[in-house]
Amino acid sequence: MSIQITIDGQPVVTEAGENLVDVAAQNSVYIPTLCYLKGKPCLGTCRVCSVRVNGHITAACSVPVTEGMQVEVDTTELADMRKALIESLFSEGNHNCPSCEKSGRCELQATGYEVEMVVSRFPYRFPLRPREVAADHIWLERDRCIFCQRCVEFIRDRQTDQKIFSIKGRGITAQIEVNTELANRMPPEQVREAADICPVGCIIEKGVGFNDPIGRRKFELQSVRERALGEEES
Amino acid sequence: MSKSGKNQTCSHDLPATQLNPALQAARDNKIKVAMIGLCGCWGCTLSMLDMDEALLGLLDKVTILRSSLTDIKRIRERCAIGFVEGGIANEENIETLKEFRENCDILISVGACAVWGGVPAMRNEVELSDCLREAYVDSVTAVPDAIPTIPYHEDIPRITTRVYPCHEVVKMDYFIPGCPPDGATILKVLDDLINGREFDLPASINRYD
Repeated sequence: MSIQITIDGQPVVTEAGENLVDVAAQNSVYIPTLCYLKGKPCLGTCRVCSVRVNGHITAACSVPVTEGMQVEVDTTELADMRKALIESLFSEGNHNCPSCEKSGRCELQATGYEVEMVVSRFPYRFPLRPREVAADHIWLERDRCIFCQRCVEFIRDRQTDQKIFSIKGRGITAQIEVNTELANRMPPEQVREAADICPVGCIIEKGVGFNDPIGRRKFELQSVRERALGEEES
Repeated sequence: MSKSGKNQTCSHDLPATQLNPALQAARDNKIKVAMIGLCGCWGCTLSMLDMDEALLGLLDKVTILRSSLTDIKRIRERCAIGFVEGGIANEENIETLKEFRENCDILISVGACAVWGGVPAMRNEVELSDCLREAYVDSVTAVPDAIPTIPYHEDIPRITTRVYPCHEVVKMDYFIPGCPPDGATILKVLDDLINGREFDLPASINRYD
């Protein structure tokens, strides 16, 4: 059913039930995201896509659009709120971009550029989360994990549909875990999918490091904003 | 290290040759800029030199009092803009940064080390005693048969238990991330500030690596 909503005062005609992040992108409005993957069920873990819907601040990825919906994206307050969320992720883990294999291909880093983050307003915590290297083809740099849960939900054992990744513990003791037995059954393309789906440099494919030269890395070829908006046009 | 005493004279306390009065007068009217390095690798300072000939275009407006080219320990007069490379890893860094803060109108953190600690901050994950033992006692490059010694002397600055970003020690006004940031990025910030424009690092030139 065709409906009309407004985004930053502009009327937008779309279909009822479409995801707000997608509707905004179709209309050239970029909403930063980290956990959201187009076409996959909403996770709503990172909150980086926070916008105001009918007066209430909520994660855009969790909102199916309805008739008459009033959406605010581009206000100073909301932009600063989204920036603060990104900054808190940089403070909470160890995000040493100069030494990270994912640099240039990292969605957290690319989104940091888009919200014009230069430093975190929160104290850097330097957490201790030992890396996990037991699996044959995958290792986890746990101090880079932002707990988006993409891998937990979307990477599953192909025979049993069991989860391969999980989060153990809560709060400051939470950490990402991998089931070594199931991980060792992952075919090479699934290993690559897991590494690619990780929005940071936490899930790394063994034997593959700094594979693209500086200047030709994913988000240097096309920014995360261009990708988010461009994919909609094709 | 940074104060002249009975047995040492710091370079900034040495008598300097008076400049030609006309040159001195021209320089007095310029915006004074300085750059210091704390716990970093001097890569950001090299990036500043990467402004190359673009720097010449600014020289009718600015004069550089301290940089890697004039390696004095302390600036002799107040500066409008101070760039800081490197984070805080020892007591000499703290003293140098505080003194620089008092003598600069605007302070800018340049590079990952100044902004959040950078590579030196990787030692924040281990105890300081373990870090020193690894470096000096259990080091694979330790001198064979020598008595393992962790250096300690009043002339060696005491290192801090953790590495800190500059803004956790003094107020920093602006931040240029990058490891190192491009010369063109530093140039843009300097050019904006001396021409009265707002600090602005758009996504197209913002880099963390």
